[in-house]
Amino acid sequence: MSSATDSTSKPGVSVEREQRLASYEQLLTIRQFETEAERQYKAARIGGYCHLSSGQEATTLGAVSAMSEDDLLVTGYRCHGFAIARGVPCERVMAELFGRRDGCAGGRGGSMHLFDLSRRFYGGWGIVGGQLPLATGLALALKRQGRAAAVLCELGDGAVNIGAWHESLNLASLWRLPIVYLLINNDFGMGTSVERASAEPALYRRAAAFRMHGERVDGNDLDRVAQATGRLLARAREERLPALLEALTYRYRGHSVADAGLAYRTREEIAAHLKADPLERFRSMLLGIGVSEQELQAVAERVQQRIASAVSVAEQSPEPDVAGLARGVYAPGSAKQFARMLPGSAFGERELVFESGLGE
Amino acid sequence: MSAVEGSSHPPQGPDGQASSAVMSYREALRLALREELARDERVFVMGEEVGLFEGSYKVTAGLLSEFGADRVRDTPISEEGFLGAGVGAAMLGERPVVEIMTINFLLIAMDQLVNHAAKIRAMFGGQVGCPLVIRTPNGAGNQLTAQHSQSFEGWFASVPGLKVLAPANPADAKGLLKAAIRDDDPVLVIENLPIYKEKGEVPLDPDHVTPIGRAAVAREGSDVTLVAHSFATVRSLAVAERLAQRHGIQAEVVDLRSLRPLDVQTVAESVSKTNRAVCVEEGWPSYGVSAELAARIQNACFDDLDAPVERVGMAEVPLPYAKNLELAALPGEERIEAAVLHSLGQA
Ligand SMILES: Cc1ncc(C[n+]2csc(CCOP(=O)(O)OP(=O)(O)O)c2C)c(N)n1
Repeated sequence: MSSATDSTSKPGVSVEREQRLASYEQLLTIRQFETEAERQYKAARIGGYCHLSSGQEATTLGAVSAMSEDDLLVTGYRCHGFAIARGVPCERVMAELFGRRDGCAGGRGGSMHLFDLSRRFYGGWGIVGGQLPLATGLALALKRQGRAAAVLCELGDGAVNIGAWHESLNLASLWRLPIVYLLINNDFGMGTSVERASAEPALYRRAAAFRMHGERVDGNDLDRVAQATGRLLARAREERLPALLEALTYRYRGHSVADAGLAYRTREEIAAHLKADPLERFRSMLLGIGVSEQELQAVAERVQQRIASAVSVAEQSPEPDVAGLARGVYAPGSAKQFARMLPGSAFGERELVFESGLGE
Repeated sequence: MSAVEGSSHPPQGPDGQASSAVMSYREALRLALREELARDERVFVMGEEVGLFEGSYKVTAGLLSEFGADRVRDTPISEEGFLGAGVGAAMLGERPVVEIMTINFLLIAMDQLVNHAAKIRAMFGGQVGCPLVIRTPNGAGNQLTAQHSQSFEGWFASVPGLKVLAPANPADAKGLLKAAIRDDDPVLVIENLPIYKEKGEVPLDPDHVTPIGRAAVAREGSDVTLVAHSFATVRSLAVAERLAQRHGIQAEVVDLRSLRPLDVQTVAESVSKTNRAVCVEEGWPSYGVSAELAARIQNACFDDLDAPVERVGMAEVPLPYAKNLELAALPGEERIEAAVLHSLGQA
């Protein structure tokens, strides 16, 4: 089946008031986490590249909230919000950004490489498009193992022009794999707009090249994202059919904290997008269904508290042990395979690699 | 924008013109690109974010407005596609200069470079060449983590048909990039993240090129030879100063500049004089540049060596994020110094 539909105008269904308040709290948590991450990065307590998802919260939370516990999540490097939405505690994410032992990757991955096996979050990948083939392989394994689960694989609009995208979608369709590719179209890959990068800028249509279902959704509408993702994941689990879901949203900040984000777009453009802010939208909706300002204020205070405590946990967490530098490079039991490289090693391998737990 | 920023009282040439100026490594590369774009219509630049965004590391800043979108071409994130397009264009006589944002992403285009570009001249009996230049930075630091902190130049330098250059200072950055653009074969120019901002004196003569296949003795010394390239040269020069001050050891530093072709002669002459060699690189030593050097040195200088050849490189792990682990893994000055002392039997 090949189809391409545009569901941006379909209305959302109503959900419980409490649930909505909880969603608002999560949206706000992600937003405030990013704001704090930026502050900590500028204070040089976070290093490396730090990509913020402010503006994209409704897509992130909407999609993740539609996943079942058994579904698998794979993302690119802009992954703080995904980790939080999937339930990774803020302090474990913040500790990872600080490079500390309590980080969700033990301080080894940093901002781009969050990971949490217990929540079936399979990373946080830094090479554009690199996550696509391996996510497709996770779906292959789900199928071979007969598991009633699917993969949700996030990618950016910049990733659709790399070979790995074409190869992955073709395999997924050819082999009927349970995977939904969540394409976050935030208008830009670094400083390159979608129109300057893609010959067919209606990206969801490109699924048709693989006889795959492609669909576009308003990524600033939490309900619509959740509905569409839920429907496509169910189809993937039950019918083993892959799909492409393109969510239209916008990133407010620069590509990474180091990019001011103004060389390739205007302040006016950003301001216009801020008017459609997913959080503001959600807030007015809540007020409309009778939630009080006081309730919203209480949410805001809880979020602020959570973020502050995440920072203090991260600060207090110890650095990883230098003696364990090479721990986990190979599977347990591998140390003896390397044993005969030991004598006479001349450039620090002895201290840095072989005596520090490689393959133990 | 001005290509030369912060120049200070430049030395005068015979015609009264400044013959050199102080500029950063990044500015020296930009000047080379500007001069070559202006000199030869066949030269064009392409890569991700090289135009409107002015380059991920700002090497190409100002070039789009000066030369236009046909000569300074923004590409989608399609490394294999656009590097390969450079191969084809070069076969038809163009002189493409392809920027790959970092060497980590060059792996995606490796097939076009290694299986295709490198083969063209030989495989078709010399009927056509491939005058393609690829510029890309290697290197680590700043906690960029495992997927963004690699130095693969040794892999590419093992491929017949490719030339691989790795400047360590602004003058060579300009001279070698220009030499690469004027060369008739595919040339990979390895730049380096930590030294983009380093400053140095750069010749302004638009016809000044640094010859391919010639190493430089970056510091003279008599007790031990440090052989390095790219950022490892910068580290080695700093270590040489420390050794002189703290231990009275005079280290000679040979800056390879060109990895393939490799100037074995300059390396061998130095080691024959000092009788000791420490090979330093940013990448993993196993099967790397230092492995190649050790083999060449023992072959050329077997009777002159007073100690085994030492090697210093990145710890053989996917580079972790945490700052303390990163520092422990990189070939920092302490580790280089320790290797020198070991070579001299002092540790
Ligand atoms: C193969 C590869 N090429 C280049 C890069 C450098 N890079 C990192 S992110 C990025 C832009 C990606 O944009 P997009 O896919 O739209 O995702 P977004 O950043 O908007 O989330 C680029 C060019 C990379 N990481 N991998």
